[in-house]
Amino acid sequence: MSDNNKAGPEIRVGLLVTCLVDLFRPGIGFAAVKLLEDAGCVVSVPSQTCCGQPAFNSGDRANARAIAVQVMDAFANVDYVVAPSGSCGGMLARHYPELFEDDPALSARSRAFAAKTHELVSFLVDVLGVQSVQAAFPYAVAYHDSCSGLRELNVRDQPRTLLASVAGLQLREMKDSDVCCGFGGAFAVKYSDISGAIVSSKTACVEASGAHTLLAGDLGCLMNMAGKLARDGSKIEVRHVAEVLAGMTDAPPIAAAAPEKA
Amino acid sequence: MTVYPSSPQFKKNARAALADGQLQKALGNVRTNFIAKRAAVADRLPEFEALRDQARDLRDHVLAHLDVYLEAYERKVLESGGHVHWVRTAEEASRIIVDLAKSRGARSVAKGKSMVSEEIGLNAALERAGIKAVETDLGEYIIQLRGEAPSHIIAPAVHLNQEDVEAEFRRVHTWLPKDRDLSEPESLLAEARAELRAKFLAADIGVTGANFLVAETGTSIIVTNEGNGDLSQILPRVHVVVASIEKIVPTLEDAASLLRVLARSATGQEMSVYTTLSTGPRRAEDVDGPQEYHVVLVDNGRSNMLGSEFEEMLRCIRCGACMNHCPVYHAVGGHAYGWVYPGPMGAVLTPSLIGVDKAGHLPNASTFCGRCESVCPVRIPLPKLMRHWREREFERHLSPAVSRAFLGLWAFFARRPALYRFATGLTMRALAWAARGKGRFTSLPLASGWTNQRDLPAPQGQTFQAQWKAHQAARRKRP
Repeated sequence: MSDNNKAGPEIRVGLLVTCLVDLFRPGIGFAAVKLLEDAGCVVSVPSQTCCGQPAFNSGDRANARAIAVQVMDAFANVDYVVAPSGSCGGMLARHYPELFEDDPALSARSRAFAAKTHELVSFLVDVLGVQSVQAAFPYAVAYHDSCSGLRELNVRDQPRTLLASVAGLQLREMKDSDVCCGFGGAFAVKYSDISGAIVSSKTACVEASGAHTLLAGDLGCLMNMAGKLARDGSKIEVRHVAEVLAGMTDAPPIAAAAPEKA
Repeated sequence: MTVYPSSPQFKKNARAALADGQLQKALGNVRTNFIAKRAAVADRLPEFEALRDQARDLRDHVLAHLDVYLEAYERKVLESGGHVHWVRTAEEASRIIVDLAKSRGARSVAKGKSMVSEEIGLNAALERAGIKAVETDLGEYIIQLRGEAPSHIIAPAVHLNQEDVEAEFRRVHTWLPKDRDLSEPESLLAEARAELRAKFLAADIGVTGANFLVAETGTSIIVTNEGNGDLSQILPRVHVVVASIEKIVPTLEDAASLLRVLARSATGQEMSVYTTLSTGPRRAEDVDGPQEYHVVLVDNGRSNMLGSEFEEMLRCIRCGACMNHCPVYHAVGGHAYGWVYPGPMGAVLTPSLIGVDKAGHLPNASTFCGRCESVCPVRIPLPKLMRHWREREFERHLSPAVSRAFLGLWAFFARRPALYRFATGLTMRALAWAARGKGRFTSLPLASGWTNQRDLPAPQGQTFQAQWKAHQAARRKRP
């Protein structure tokens, strides 16, 4: 673990836990806190609901703006905003400035806010200089590159760098790891049969990789892929990459049943 | 033939496409071939990314001065002995070409591949006037036999497999020996060539599109891989170029810059096999060429896009890379989009040209994965432009009432953090209880849109924010 920040001034990180992690899988939030604290950050969790992306992508700019202002206010007093998600991170870092580009009062503020926002794993590697983690996971894993993280925030090598340091972990690169899983937020429900076809192609690649566990950095994509794998009766386990990097893999995998008590 | 436009029935079209085994088989080729070839050829050219920037800037410059370049282009066409017809609408464009054909006593027209001619419904207009339109591009020829529209802007028959083509040739070319061998792509090509040769020679008029119109010289440029475009424009007496107004580039040098990214992005070739420049009719010293040269400049909605939030779409040079890399296009193919232009570029352009009230599904049927933008040679921000269409739909109350109601309810809570935490805290605990350790739901009231395709992972229990509060309190108690 990198300890080169311990001597410097306190790094105050506000965790944007994301609505899906908050509601469905809080364990990812605690994994993020552990990774950030291990790297020397002081983590706070300001009051939050959602980043506003559902409104933004549905064409409802008024609500998207109102929620964006709420987020910028809540995270005003931290040095960095970090999210265990490329999608929500991309919303803050790429799309908030778009939302306010015609607003003289908020344009500069949204750009400054965007500049201090990062996706979790890329923040650890690119900003904090973390090169390894203390964790063990003795399985073959496939890593799916979620679209927003990959194409809006250039998250590609950082998770692979850290996964390489996990004891026992073997990365099996799958075919088309950079192709969309078909989630797309409301798309998955509005155009569910197209989404179903896309996720089928994805899970076929996951199966072909021979991995024991599928990892990614966005819970939306993970719920889609885990839900499809579960529907098809697959044995492949699905987790957020932060859970493995933090060594917090006691909870059952996504969409998996709790183990029977002995 | 698809009833045009069938974009309002996108969902129905998509369902049919997903259930069509032959189509799904053919789409597999798009998913592998185009992508690998483009990636390889882009990797071989170190300055490829810089060329994309240059192409974007060049297109933006043209769009900012479109009037100037169009007028300069017209002067050069006239100087070289050609004619220019300015048309506002699709109907006007077809009428001009039909009238030209009629007044020259034409009975057949040889056509090079042209998406604008699809847009203006030229073939149907010619047929109504009793004039036979013959598509000479192999893919276009095949789908014309089948009575279909193109399913891709550069590979019109990409929805078909080789055996589909063989079956079609056997059905139509009844005068050829029944026992002929059509098992290889080459034999299919040879048969189409032989059939088309006589049609080229009989054609009175040749119609082609244009990849670029060069203002400096009054030249139209087409790129093809079969050479059919050359025959279409050289053999007949009259050559008609039909092109939309944004195809202009200032100079031949500029055209060369765009050609460097066009074929690489489209087919993964460094250059297309044929790049053909035409300037005016045959001159006294020319050994061949048409006696008349006409350019039909089509607006059909483009000038309304200039200066709007959709102007960047007019950068498009029609390479097809966006659809080649689109997971939705891969799943449903081009016909599902229901009009001339499919894929991401169609999802932005179609609402501009036929109205978002008809084409509203198209910009919504995207996961915003951004792969289209990442390969676009002129860097059109396609997801952003699709989102702008969603904004227009939202403002005009065109989006479905159910999703508006759901969004409104969600936003009500999302803007009230305390109420949100209370409501979601209760809901998640209830859901976790309802899942009873199974970890997922196979069905759930109000969630059928999700569960009809996949299970819904169950929540772990308490929300993160509730647990974090308890966690912080416990930390503070510790000495």
